[in-house]
Amino acid sequence: MEFLIPLVVDGLAAAAVIFFIAVGLSLVFSVLKILNVAHGSFYSMGAYVAVMLGMWGLSKGISPYFSLPLLFVAAALVAGLFGPLVERGFLRWTYDKPEALQILVTFGLFLIFEDMQKLVFGVQPHFHDAALHLLGVSTIGGIAYINYQLVLIGLAVLALAVLELVIRYTTFGKLVVAVVSDREVAQCMGVNASHVFTAAFTLGVFLAALGGALASPTSGVAPGLGAEAIVLGFAVAAIGGLGQIGGAALAAFLVGLARVLAIFYYPELEPVVPYTVMVLVLLVRPFGLFGTITARRI
Amino acid sequence: MQLPAIAFGAMAAVLILSVQMVPWLEFVYILALAKGFAALGVAILLRAGLISIGHALFFGFGAYVTAFLGGGRIVTDLGALLVIATFASAALGVIIGAFVVRYRAIFFAMLNLALSMVFFSLLAKLYAITGGTDGLRVAMPTIFGMVFDRATLQAILLYGSLLLLAGVGYLLKRYLHSPMGQALPAIERNELRLEYLGVSVRRVLLTAYTISAGLAGLGGALMAFAVGHVLPEMSYWTVSGQLVLIAVLGGIGGVLGPFMGAIFFEVVHTLAVGHMAEAWNLIIGLTLIAVIFFLPGGLYSLMQAFARKGHAP
Repeated sequence: MEFLIPLVVDGLAAAAVIFFIAVGLSLVFSVLKILNVAHGSFYSMGAYVAVMLGMWGLSKGISPYFSLPLLFVAAALVAGLFGPLVERGFLRWTYDKPEALQILVTFGLFLIFEDMQKLVFGVQPHFHDAALHLLGVSTIGGIAYINYQLVLIGLAVLALAVLELVIRYTTFGKLVVAVVSDREVAQCMGVNASHVFTAAFTLGVFLAALGGALASPTSGVAPGLGAEAIVLGFAVAAIGGLGQIGGAALAAFLVGLARVLAIFYYPELEPVVPYTVMVLVLLVRPFGLFGTITARRI
Repeated sequence: MQLPAIAFGAMAAVLILSVQMVPWLEFVYILALAKGFAALGVAILLRAGLISIGHALFFGFGAYVTAFLGGGRIVTDLGALLVIATFASAALGVIIGAFVVRYRAIFFAMLNLALSMVFFSLLAKLYAITGGTDGLRVAMPTIFGMVFDRATLQAILLYGSLLLLAGVGYLLKRYLHSPMGQALPAIERNELRLEYLGVSVRRVLLTAYTISAGLAGLGGALMAFAVGHVLPEMSYWTVSGQLVLIAVLGGIGGVLGPFMGAIFFEVVHTLAVGHMAEAWNLIIGLTLIAVIFFLPGGLYSLMQAFARKGHAP
C-alpha cells in the first residue's frame, strides 16, 4: 500500500487546478444557463497577468514573499475587469437566444480573447516561478514534494469549503439559489436578478483566473493554454454534473487520479483519460454524477 | 431558375473569375470549399437545434482515411478515395450517432466534444498508425490511372469541388425539402408533437447525423488532398468550433450558406495573415458576434433579401 500515498497526493495536486476551472464553469452555468467557452480564456488571462505582475514585482525589488498574494491580486484584476464587462456587454443580450447561439457567442469571445492575449503579451512563452521556490520542498513517505503543490491542494479544499458556506449561509448565496431555482418568482420578491447574474459571473471569472494564476508558477504561460484548460474544465464539470460544486470537486479528484494512474501504468494514454471518463459518465448518466434531472425543454 | 441555382452560378462565376485574376486564391478557395462541406454537415444538425462541438472528429477521420489508404498505396484514385472517406465517415456517424442522438442541447454538444477529444488524443498518441503529432503525408492521387503534378491537381480540386458542390447541393436540397428534412426544424420547435404525429424523432436525427458525418468526412478528405498533409489538430475542438462558426456566419437557411461563410472565413484568414497575423481570430470573433446579433440569418439571408427586392411585390 506504500505506493498509494504518492499516487493520491499527485492525483490531488493535478485535481486542484482543474477544480478551480470546473467549479467556476459550473457556477456560471447554473446561474446564467450558458456554457461559457470563453471560460478558458479567463484561466489563461489569470496566468498571464500573474506572471507579468510577478516579473514586475521582481524588477521593482519587491520581496518574494509577496509573490503568493500577487497571484490573488492578478485573479482579482482579471475578474474585476472582465467579469462585469463580458456579462453586461455581451452575455446579457443572449439570454433570450437559443442555446446554440449562446455557445457560439462565447466561442466568438474566446477567439477575441485568444488574440488579445497574443497582441498584448506576445506569442513567446513566459515563466515566473518565485512562488514555487519560496515554499521549498518537503518529504512524505520518502518522496520529495514541492510544498507549493501541497499548498495548491489546501487552497482548493479551502475554496470548496468557502463556496459551500457562501452558497448556504450568506445572503448572496441565498439570492443565487433563489435566482437559480426560479428567476421570475425571485424577481417578484424584489431580488435584483441582473445584479446576481453579474456577481455570479464575476465570481466564476475570479475562480478561473485564480486557477490560472495558481498554476502559472508550475506551468508557465504560452498561447493555447486557455484552449486546453477549457476542454478539461468541460470534462470535469460535466462528469460532476453541471451546477454541482461538490460534484466538480469529486470529478476533479477522479480525473486527477485517473490521469496519475494512466501515467503510472500506460503513459501514452494519459491525455485520453479525462475525455474517456467524460464519455463513459455522460453515456450512463447524462446529467453527470451528481446532476439532477431537469425537465426537458419540449 | 430558382434562387439557389442562380446564387450558385453567381458564386461559381465569381470564384472562377477571381482565380483567373489572382491565381493564389485558388488554394484559398479549395480550403474554403472543403470546410464548407463540413460546415454544411454541422448546419444540418443546427437546423434541429443541435449544436455539435465535435464534428472535427469526422473531419479528421475523413482526412486520415484518405491519407492512410492513399499513403499505403491501397487506393490511389482521387474519386474513389473521396467516396470511401465519405462513406467511412458516414458509417462512423451511424455508430456514434446511435449513442449521441438520444441527447439534446448542451449534453449533445458536450458528448460530441468529449468523443472528438478522445479521437484527437488518440491521433496524437498512436504513433505507429497515425504518425503521432507529425501527422501523415497524403500521397499524390491518380485520376482514372493518370498522374498529375501539383498545379494541375489544384485546378482539378477547385473545379471538381465546385461540380461536387452542385451535385451534393442538389441532393441535399431535395433531402431538406423532403419530409425527413422538414422534420428537423420541427424537432427544434416541438419534439413531442412530432412523436404524436407518428414520426420517429430518433430516426430523423440519426439520418441527419449520418449525413452530416459523411459531409464532414468529405470535407476532411478534400482538405487532405489540398494540403497534402494531415495533422491531429484537424480534430481539435477549436476546429469543431470553427465549423459551427462558419455555418452560422454563412447562415443555415440554405445549402449555399455554409459555403459563403467558409469563403468569407478563409479569405479573411488569408488577408489577415499577411497583414496582422495575430489579430485574425479577433476579426473573425467580432464578425461572428456581430452576425449573431444583427444578421441572425447569416450572409445567406443578405442574398435572399437582395433577391426579394428584385421581385418587387
